[in-house]
Amino acid sequence: MNYNWNWGVLLDDPYLMWMYTGFGWTCLVAICAWVIAFTLGSIIGVMRTLDNGIARGIGTVYVEIFRNIPLLVQMFLWYFVFPELLPKDWGHFVKRGIPLPEFWTAVVCLGTYTAARVAEQVRSGIGAIRNDQRNAAIAIGLTSVQVYRYVLLPVGFRIIIPPLTSDFLGVFKNSSLGLTIGVLELTAQSRQITEYTFQGFEAFTVATVLYCLVTFTVMTLMQKIEGRTRIPGMLSLGAK
Amino acid sequence: MIEIKNVSKWYADFHVLDDCSTFVGKGDVVVICGPSGSGKSTLIKCVNGLEPFQKGEITVDGTSVGQKGVNLNALRSRIGMVFQNFELFPHMTVLQNIALGQTKVLGRTEPEAHDRSMLLLDRVGLVDQADKHPAQLSGGQQQRVAIARALAMDPIAMLFDEPTSALDPEMINEVLDVMVELAKEGMTMMVVTHEMGFARKVADKVIFMDEGRIVEEANTKEFFEKPRSERAQEFLSKILSH
Repeated sequence: MNYNWNWGVLLDDPYLMWMYTGFGWTCLVAICAWVIAFTLGSIIGVMRTLDNGIARGIGTVYVEIFRNIPLLVQMFLWYFVFPELLPKDWGHFVKRGIPLPEFWTAVVCLGTYTAARVAEQVRSGIGAIRNDQRNAAIAIGLTSVQVYRYVLLPVGFRIIIPPLTSDFLGVFKNSSLGLTIGVLELTAQSRQITEYTFQGFEAFTVATVLYCLVTFTVMTLMQKIEGRTRIPGMLSLGAK
Repeated sequence: MIEIKNVSKWYADFHVLDDCSTFVGKGDVVVICGPSGSGKSTLIKCVNGLEPFQKGEITVDGTSVGQKGVNLNALRSRIGMVFQNFELFPHMTVLQNIALGQTKVLGRTEPEAHDRSMLLLDRVGLVDQADKHPAQLSGGQQQRVAIARALAMDPIAMLFDEPTSALDPEMINEVLDVMVELAKEGMTMMVVTHEMGFARKVADKVIFMDEGRIVEEANTKEFFEKPRSERAQEFLSKILSH
């Protein structure tokens, strides 16, 4: 292979800065999206376990819509179509009024998409709890909210820590799709460096390493959480 | 105290409870027995509204369970329930399990709940296990904690749903002993169980169910000595033959 390796170029101005800010945007998009995904996903997931048919219906429709449309298509829908569906002033505000519209669009898109996945995990976590466990909580007179707050959610979330880790990792990797609407995150910056320097192998190798670094950190974090919340005397909560 | 009048329940086409009626007076101990799938558990779960029913009426201490607008949570907090698989909350310590309802439902302060919980743990002989988690206890110990958890709410009646059928044989007695003691103190109890020894010892009345119907209802002595229905005779001959 006839290729001139030049790792040094990545340390040159402005490429080092590009890599650095790209990494920053990747983390920022992913973390903001995860906050939305976790919050919204938990709510939707809980709704899918309620007795109330309307709440269950809304939850189901949400999950089916957001997990059945390809993420890339959703990105375009949010960026190009969604503002046009709003009243004119609002649409204008979404496109031009808010600072960093691309960033926020990517965050909302990734967040709502991942929320559908989180919702399914939450639903299955709660579903894995024996029905009499819920009955026991109801039988001491707890209200529905208290039953979820003190019994079903603390146990359900423990059960789903491993699959939730996958979704948390997914949000970092999927954030690269932000480049399609102009978010200058890590992948976008690597591409830009390639175009300026023709040193694509170096740029993308570093990007890959950075992605691995961040996912490794997330995995370690989640394992810490799993260890800390482990219930004494229980080998595996999910197995019943 | 607990009055069940013409209660019927269906799961789609399946008739789970068929026109069940009975009465449990204050301080009575009623044992419900019968083959699997006869509706025993469903019947006692109707008493505190864990299972809805389509027809009939159940009143507990004057409050109608099935009626709309009834504060079911308040009623439930006054009826203790013990389950087949203990159903302690696995992420909480023994003490937290017993205190949860007291602080969140009855509004007791933490120290009040703590003292009451320790008193009850002493009663079921588990004071030294207070800070353990349920999975660190044996089945018999877990079930005794579950009884303590129910008693912590100062219930007016207790429902037991096959409290010993998930236990190793050698642990059954430690749970039955606690129940016998409760019965002797005058607690109103409805007990679904196959422990005929327990029934003989403390039950005032035995209800025999089959296919969703109350086939026979008799005072304990009568039920064991000369059961009227053929179905009950058959059932008893099978379970008492060893």
